[in-house]
Amino acid sequence: MSKREGDGGGRKRKTESVQKTDYSINTSSLLIAAFKVFQQELDTKHDKYERLVKLSRDITIESKRTIFLLHRVTSVPNVEEVLNEADVKLDAVRQKVGQIAEELRGEDLYQFHKAFTSGVQEYVEAVSFHHFIKHRTLISLEEINARLVFMRHEKMDTKVGAEVLWPGTCVLTFQVTHTDYLLGVADLTGELMRMCISSVGNGDMDTPFELSNFLREIHDGFSYIGNTGPYEVSKKLHTLRQSLSKVEDACYTLKVRGSEIPKHMLADVFSSRTALMDQDEGVP
Amino acid sequence: MSVTEMFSYIQGFLSADQDIREDIRKVVQVLEQTAREILTVLQSVHQPTGFKDIPSKCLKARELFCTVQAQIADLKTKFPVEQYYRFHEHWRFVLQRLTFLAAFVVYLESESLVTREEVTNILGTEVDREKGFHLDIEDYLAGILIMASELSRLAVNSVTAGDYGRPLRISNFINELDSGFRLLNLKNDPLRKRYDGLKYDVKKIEEVVYDLSIRGLAKEQEAEGDK
Repeated sequence: MSKREGDGGGRKRKTESVQKTDYSINTSSLLIAAFKVFQQELDTKHDKYERLVKLSRDITIESKRTIFLLHRVTSVPNVEEVLNEADVKLDAVRQKVGQIAEELRGEDLYQFHKAFTSGVQEYVEAVSFHHFIKHRTLISLEEINARLVFMRHEKMDTKVGAEVLWPGTCVLTFQVTHTDYLLGVADLTGELMRMCISSVGNGDMDTPFELSNFLREIHDGFSYIGNTGPYEVSKKLHTLRQSLSKVEDACYTLKVRGSEIPKHMLADVFSSRTALMDQDEGVP
Repeated sequence: MSVTEMFSYIQGFLSADQDIREDIRKVVQVLEQTAREILTVLQSVHQPTGFKDIPSKCLKARELFCTVQAQIADLKTKFPVEQYYRFHEHWRFVLQRLTFLAAFVVYLESESLVTREEVTNILGTEVDREKGFHLDIEDYLAGILIMASELSRLAVNSVTAGDYGRPLRISNFINELDSGFRLLNLKNDPLRKRYDGLKYDVKKIEEVVYDLSIRGLAKEQEAEGDK
């Protein structure tokens, strides 16, 4: 009984809704047309975002490789060669950054910032590490940005040549944001710590102290910024403290052991120790 | 440049950034207050007594939107226009609420979906990013989705108030809206989560329509209207 009623109600409803759609067919197609526009707009935006994420990932990978390469300076006699090789790699990374700049042409950098921030940070880390090994100073934000200027005349000529009055004048720039710079430098401290420990292992007596001074300077800088900076910066401050205390401990040990035995012998102690460690690792 | 110099330069930049954000936050707070006032005005349409004077409520809301325009104009002066997305998070939420309110007013007036152009006219923003302070498309869509849940409430309450025709019209409208949203390829983002809530609104309205149909209430009122 009730079932039949229910069926009847359903049928009635169906016919009604058919009538209604007929009535509203105009507004409906308008609405659908509007949503088709939205669809395109969102798709374009998402596609761009995805392309940027991909570029950022490539930048991260290449920057990490460069950093690994740079770590070899502690164990290789010819530092210059390693630095040059790293510079070639960094040039490739810069080309990728140039592609990001191209994607962002005429766009709001911050709209897509999340897509490429990690890659840019990694690049800052690599380039500042390279700079430190070469000059023993902290690279400035201007210096980083100065190398991220790209000439794009060829492409402009072929694509929209007619609109460009002076071919070759198209200059693309990429600006690393202050936050990305800070976060990259914070990551750099981790690399410096690693470099310090490995140079101790290699019997280099000066680099650890130099590094510890530099790290302290950076640490002081970060403490100066403190909690006023972005959230991510304060998060990295903890890791920075850990790295710093590791380096300071290493310097302390060097000093204490250094007073016990002459320098050249101390180097032997450290290197034989690392040799032993290597053996231990090799056995199992 | 020494390390210390570098850090103090960055600190300078960061504190300038903080100042801008502080300014924006203040204006946004005022804007949120106005949005709440508009909402209060519009909430009365859910009351049985409020049903009769929907037009006057809409007029009142429209007046308040003038205040919104002035406040948004004030907001525009607080930051460089090309850095909209740097501070987007600050006004994102309130713009979604305002879009919802504008869409709700337009729906109550004409029972149609507000276009993006209309919203920008009501709020005093631009449509295109290039022209200045604009309404982000995702914020517009999010605002529309907030309206959908408000309409499902309205469907329920209009039955309580004795208006059996409105739920049917709302049902059609929401179904169209749903098929519109189905066209979009949403990513796994907040907008997507909002959209996932739409099906519950659709369901709720369908239940109301079902209840009315099964009891012949909708028909009854139409017949009364014919007499």
